[in-house]
Amino acid sequence: MIHLKNILKTYTTGQNKLHVLKGINLDIDKGEFVSIMGSSGSGKSTLLNILGILDNYDEGEYLLNNILVKGLSERKATQYRNELIGFVFQQFNLISYKNALENVALPLFYQGVSRKKRNIKAMEYLDMVGLKPWAEHMPNEMSGGQKQRVAIARSLIAQPKIILADEPTGALDSTTSLEIMDIFKRVNDEGITLLIVTHEHDIADLTKKKIVLKDGLIDEIVVNSPKILID
Amino acid sequence: MFSFEIFQEILISIRQNKLRSFLTCFSVAWGIFMLIVLLGSGNGLQNGMSSSFKDALTNSIWMSSEITSLDYNGIKKGRKIDLKNEDQAAIKQMSNQIELSSTRYTIPVSTTISYKEKYGSYEVRTVMPVYREIELIKMMEGRFLNDRDQAEFRKSGVISTEIRDYYFPKENPIGKYIKINNIAFQVVGVFEDKDNWDNNRCIYIPISTAQQIFSAGHNVSLLAVTLKDVTVDQSKDIAIKAKELLAKRHSFDPKDPRAVNVNNNFENMDRSLSIIRAINIFVWFIGIGTIIAGIVGISNIMLISVKERTQEIGVRKALGAKPWSIISMVLQESIFLTTMAGYIGLVFGVGLLEIVSKNIPVNKAFINPSADIGVAIWATIVLIVAGAIAGFFPARQAAMIKPIEALRYE
Repeated sequence: MIHLKNILKTYTTGQNKLHVLKGINLDIDKGEFVSIMGSSGSGKSTLLNILGILDNYDEGEYLLNNILVKGLSERKATQYRNELIGFVFQQFNLISYKNALENVALPLFYQGVSRKKRNIKAMEYLDMVGLKPWAEHMPNEMSGGQKQRVAIARSLIAQPKIILADEPTGALDSTTSLEIMDIFKRVNDEGITLLIVTHEHDIADLTKKKIVLKDGLIDEIVVNSPKILID
Repeated sequence: MFSFEIFQEILISIRQNKLRSFLTCFSVAWGIFMLIVLLGSGNGLQNGMSSSFKDALTNSIWMSSEITSLDYNGIKKGRKIDLKNEDQAAIKQMSNQIELSSTRYTIPVSTTISYKEKYGSYEVRTVMPVYREIELIKMMEGRFLNDRDQAEFRKSGVISTEIRDYYFPKENPIGKYIKINNIAFQVVGVFEDKDNWDNNRCIYIPISTAQQIFSAGHNVSLLAVTLKDVTVDQSKDIAIKAKELLAKRHSFDPKDPRAVNVNNNFENMDRSLSIIRAINIFVWFIGIGTIIAGIVGISNIMLISVKERTQEIGVRKALGAKPWSIISMVLQESIFLTTMAGYIGLVFGVGLLEIVSKNIPVNKAFINPSADIGVAIWATIVLIVAGAIAGFFPARQAAMIKPIEALRYE
């Protein structure tokens, strides 16, 4: 599903060159549930941006679903993001003046799906995250956990190949975090590849595989024992 | 790509910034309001000017007797030139572009008009029958002077509606005799000529009769000709030639600015039209300037709105919004704001003009100030273009936002 070969990324600020990624080699197969860990500055956010086609890389090769992602036009990048990737953000990033249903339906709007069809589908996905009764509510009427569940429904509605979640529990308390991880697990059980960036060990422990980044390189890959996943 | 979603977003964005939106819309509305009012007033002036030319004189040249101001051929200046009946015939033969020509004699004494016990002072104009066509006099009853009146020195008179209403409030004036300085004239017709106040307060009688009564011989005071199918330059040419001809016939210097006063209405009209054109250009200039101020305002509000929505636009892009859909979102918001505000201004402007044109007193300088459908169409085009221009920079700004912005937590 994801194939990274010797990815290099450098940020230039004035005279200084900051090597953020110094050669990442990584393969993630279909249906994996992976967490990326690392202290701040380790390059985990940059790696996620590259995986999400939100940022370019300088050298190397990135294949997503067997498509080479390199030097794409913004139009093409947008199309791949829309079709292949679902995003979940730390701050949920719901559109404040749209209700839960409209937020979930937004990716389909950009695919040109008719209003009626996308609302039916959005309702299905809201039901899946347990928020069907909240469809008409605005984001500011919902709790953090509910907002994140709406965001997860939104990331799933376009049926992407992979979900990228950037600190999805970073703004949530531990009980809610576990609820969210439970939803992720259910999503993963349906065969969708999931990749979570986090700095919380107990969250990372709930995934199937931990990738630890350190100073722009992969430090270690830990396969979690399946026992932990049984709640 | 107009959709319900975008319309909804525009309304929400306006609602979130009520005061800012109101002030900006106000500036555009004001701009259009000013443009419409100015253009309407320009139209009013134009209508006023063209109506004062409408009934008569747009295609005529008038020559009148005056006193010489230059010595010529040993004759001292200060001599009164008396135009004659024969000058009219000579001028008429001068050019085949001259269509009609008439003389007019001004009675040198004051005239008192009486009928039964009623007395009044009105101007008496003594003219040839053809004068009606030059001045475009509208007959209401009876007839105008005719060739027999002229040839037989008849004492016939044509009175205006105003004079009829004064002397004959309850009877038919045709066939009745009114007295001009105690000489009886038979009323043969009633006319109306509301070009100006004077024209509807006078009596026309045959020039031949008047010359006889007032012992004027063949003297005339005015000579009018109308031209057909000529340009302004050609009319100037004819005016110069006519003066040269008269100079020769009456022995005065053709370069004398006085002697015979030549008043070319082609030239007058042309001058008025160029003033109107200048006023119109000025009006558009001011109007467009005011609209530009409005555009800058809208552009500004949109830039701020884009800035405030940076993260949201980033999220949209991450979710699959193509640059064009972001651009069109911003452009549509801008065009919507401008058009809506502009139409409010348009409605108020047209409304004001309607009220004014219904309530101003009859005034020949300012008639029916209105913005026609053409102006409304132009204003609409200006508005949409203005909205698009106003939205262009903010839209470009929005299109340049990277989706990565959505991942920054500030």
